[in-house]
Amino acid sequence: MTETYRRTEMMTIAAARALRNEDICFVGIGLPSAAANLARLTHAPGITLVYEAGPIATRPDVLPLSIGDGELCDTALTTVPVPEMFRYWLQGGRMTVGFLGGAQIDRFANLNTTVIGPYAKPRARLPGGGGAPEIGSACGEIFIIMGQSRRSFVAQLDFITSMGHGEGGDHRARLGLATKGPTRLVTDLCIFEPDPRTKEMSVTAIHPGITRAEIAESTGWPVRFAATVAETPPPAAHELEVLRDLHARTARAHGQAA
Amino acid sequence: MSRFLPLAQAVAETVHDGDTVALEGFTHLIPFAAGHEIIRQRRKRLTLIRMTPDLIYDQMIGMGCAERLVFSWGGNPGVGSLFRLRDAVENGWPNPIEIEEHSHAAMAHAYEAGASGMPCAIFRGYIGVDLPKVNPRIKRIACPFTGETLAAVPAHRPDVAIIHALKADRAGNVLLEGILGVQKEAVLAAKRSLVTVEEIVEDFGPRNLNAVILPGFTVAAIALVPGGAYPSYAQGYYARDNAFYIAWEPIARERNGFLAWMKDNVLDRGPEVFALHARRHAVGRTARGDAANSRGDA
Repeated sequence: MTETYRRTEMMTIAAARALRNEDICFVGIGLPSAAANLARLTHAPGITLVYEAGPIATRPDVLPLSIGDGELCDTALTTVPVPEMFRYWLQGGRMTVGFLGGAQIDRFANLNTTVIGPYAKPRARLPGGGGAPEIGSACGEIFIIMGQSRRSFVAQLDFITSMGHGEGGDHRARLGLATKGPTRLVTDLCIFEPDPRTKEMSVTAIHPGITRAEIAESTGWPVRFAATVAETPPPAAHELEVLRDLHARTARAHGQAA
Repeated sequence: MSRFLPLAQAVAETVHDGDTVALEGFTHLIPFAAGHEIIRQRRKRLTLIRMTPDLIYDQMIGMGCAERLVFSWGGNPGVGSLFRLRDAVENGWPNPIEIEEHSHAAMAHAYEAGASGMPCAIFRGYIGVDLPKVNPRIKRIACPFTGETLAAVPAHRPDVAIIHALKADRAGNVLLEGILGVQKEAVLAAKRSLVTVEEIVEDFGPRNLNAVILPGFTVAAIALVPGGAYPSYAQGYYARDNAFYIAWEPIARERNGFLAWMKDNVLDRGPEVFALHARRHAVGRTARGDAANSRGDA
């Protein structure tokens, strides 16, 4: 169990473990897609993966580069048009969990993927929200996976692309939302969960070999630690093997060096 | 009724300067060949609508075709930024571009509303987020039955919708399969439409009773362009060229490199190059195992 692993592997594996066999998961591209498929290939073979391009219950052999790769359609139970996906399947309340990434996050797990700087004259124009604004409100709960740094974990977002816990406390409920919002944020350093009352994301588990000081240095606000902080179990040999095989297959399929 | 035209003539007749144009295709079946023809014909001042601008709008914006963009996710999928879009938004090159930004749900519903002949789309969305602060076309409406506050956006009613499809039959009907995106809605929402296809067949033959077919009376022009969705893909014909999507980033990053690439690969070429790309990336067989029988280049 002392096998060496990279921090991104620990992050992906810790995120995958949060998914349950019975989940119906609306999957974002990139890290969320890697974690969701790792869950499917390890402890959650029955999980239903849904991508916004239309595939429902897809079982891709390699990770898609984009949200609508043919692999997703080839291996899906069915593929529906995009308006139906957003209307019946997402807005209809059928997704138990939405799995998102982001460029910037704040202490209440609001996400920004729209602009750095002012909207009208941005210093950097990011891709934008895509499905995220409604994924964040319509899924039963939200898991977020993001590399942690002061650049990405900021005190003040330049733009709220998708709502997490807003201003904290009962903000979601005040806006009429009955869904839970972000319940878990997994980084390459640790795992955050919302404080039950304030909804501020607080560290509940630290990955092996990571210190509290490093987490604090990588967070743009005074980071809170829960009363009880666990150590994340290190990657099991089986988890690492399946994840590495998946990435190697994916790299070959996309014409890149592994 | 749809007419079969060469691509250049089809674009010349359906797309005019200043038009509102939607080229749709969600990762799958993106109408690249038609977009390149619009660039070659030097169309200007277009309002471009598309959920995911992708490389095709990066190219059209970089070549000065657009003055306005209506979109919901403007990146290079799985790779990063669209540098021509960013240069237009951040620096006004080659011309300033106005953006109207939505979420995917709003865009999809706006097409559906357009196809339905409705003035607007109503949905549960934009809750607790900032887009309504910067996009005045996002409004709130109260449900007259429950009082729930819902989001409303205007319907998309483009002058022209352009899509790429797998097949047309001799009668001018169009068949779509695989990831469908919003193509059917875009065509039905538009005043006129242009469809490029992988192949033209006598008739569609045995098919699923619920096959997705646009009847010929909904389509203005059909152009046969095998490979016309490259470097995106056509289910059962050719795979997405993910390596090109990755290669696009360094091409598009600098203005001069971009312009040189566009001259060599678009301005000095015609739609026939798409068939060559499609052959290089041809798939013999999909996981469903039935595609080999319908390959256009077999």
